[in-house]
Amino acid sequence: MNPITRRKLIRGGVAATVGVAGLEAAGRIARRYGLIPPDSGGIYGPGETLTYACQRLLTTRLPAREFSRSMISKNPFANEIARPTDEFKRLEAGGFKDWRLVVDGTVAHPLVLSLADLKTMPIASQITEIACEEGWSYVAEWIGTPLSSVLREAGILPQTRYIVYYPIEKFLWGSIDLADAWDEHTLLTTGMNDGDLPVPFGGPLRLRLPRQLGYKSLKFVTHVTATDDIKKFGKGLGSVDPEGGYSWYAGI
Amino acid sequence: MPAASQLESTTVRHSAVVRVTHWLTFIAFVALLVTGGEIVISHPRFYWGEVGNVNTKPLFAIPIPASRDTVPTNYGYVMPDQNGWSRALHFEAAWVAVLTGVVYGIYGLVTGHFRRNLIPKRHDWNWRVYREQIVRTLRRKRPGPDEDGSYNVLQRTAYAAVIFVLFPLVIWTGLAMSPAFTAACPWTVELLGGRQSARTIHLFDSIVLLTFLVVHVWMVAASGFRRRMRGMIAGYGERGEEQR
Repeated sequence: MNPITRRKLIRGGVAATVGVAGLEAAGRIARRYGLIPPDSGGIYGPGETLTYACQRLLTTRLPAREFSRSMISKNPFANEIARPTDEFKRLEAGGFKDWRLVVDGTVAHPLVLSLADLKTMPIASQITEIACEEGWSYVAEWIGTPLSSVLREAGILPQTRYIVYYPIEKFLWGSIDLADAWDEHTLLTTGMNDGDLPVPFGGPLRLRLPRQLGYKSLKFVTHVTATDDIKKFGKGLGSVDPEGGYSWYAGI
Repeated sequence: MPAASQLESTTVRHSAVVRVTHWLTFIAFVALLVTGGEIVISHPRFYWGEVGNVNTKPLFAIPIPASRDTVPTNYGYVMPDQNGWSRALHFEAAWVAVLTGVVYGIYGLVTGHFRRNLIPKRHDWNWRVYREQIVRTLRRKRPGPDEDGSYNVLQRTAYAAVIFVLFPLVIWTGLAMSPAFTAACPWTVELLGGRQSARTIHLFDSIVLLTFLVVHVWMVAASGFRRRMRGMIAGYGERGEEQR
């Protein structure tokens, strides 16, 4: 066996020092260009960070895959949950006329929008696939107001870094970065396959995010908040998902 | 430099790069297998084409209980859900495997390791050679002198298949399930016939890789577990051995 010589030791030491300094510099550059996700800590942090950084470098400006009308699933699976709250049941009984979307945070003009208000804004539609982290998927046409239109209307301030969104059950909150917020495919969805978005699929209002897995497309959205500091929300991990072990960024 | 006498009495089996990348890949692969199995449990139904869910007919369903109550199984209970950490570890281990693979790939090309040790030799590319080697292996014949410090044609074929076909394919089919990656490179999923086809191929590729792992460990055990392990950990065999 080769003995460890002084030269080898010195060479190893220099390599280690350069390596650590390189990682430090890479970390600083990554933070500056928004390549570090909010849940970058812990033993799975390096994996989360590598994935998110690569996707941001690769896919920031590229739209999700779209499908032809013939690809729309005949029997989509809603993954239905029970009506979440009494408040929800009351709103449903009223035909969701009193459903409100609050838009606030680091914006110039906070908004309170009814579904009718949302529908007066330019409507977009897309035929995209929703894929669950469990493995199943379906294709549907999703119709709604691009989140970007609402953010433009509210005038998000330059310091904004993330858009936080809440369903009617506030503790199930999520957030996205600006790359996903400005993506034309990120829809405040009110319709599905030429009808109103059914309640089992997240009606009356679901945030559709086709470049990420289904669990980021929260159902029953009532509140959107722009922020410059994601650490102030919940445990500071960017959404409730990392608290249960799930990635904040689900574009994988 | 080791003295000449040392060179004569030891056989360098594996270079440091091969040994380190081998064990990193092993650790990552075990993590990927365990967590991949865990993820399958949340939806043990497999489909072909672009889409598939509990409302569509599966290609097949693995007859195990599921960890989600929305999946129809023939069991009256639901398994504990372990998807959170399983997914996190799966992707972290995938990064370890991919980065290790990149280092190993560059090393293999630059040093000629692939050409010298892994690609079956040109004159071995015929059925007779394969058949003879299969017979020799099944009869548990000792390795001939031509195999000293090298691999026979079956070993070369198996290792080359794992390195150049099965691992690249499992990475490809994994990426083809990523909604963001396929936004950037739609052809990666379209070539496979859709997202659910990618998932199904990912499963079968993993099963073939697991089979390779089992046979590989079995062969190592059959040919002298301690000696082979020493070769892959310390890099050389015992003094004087295999110096016929």
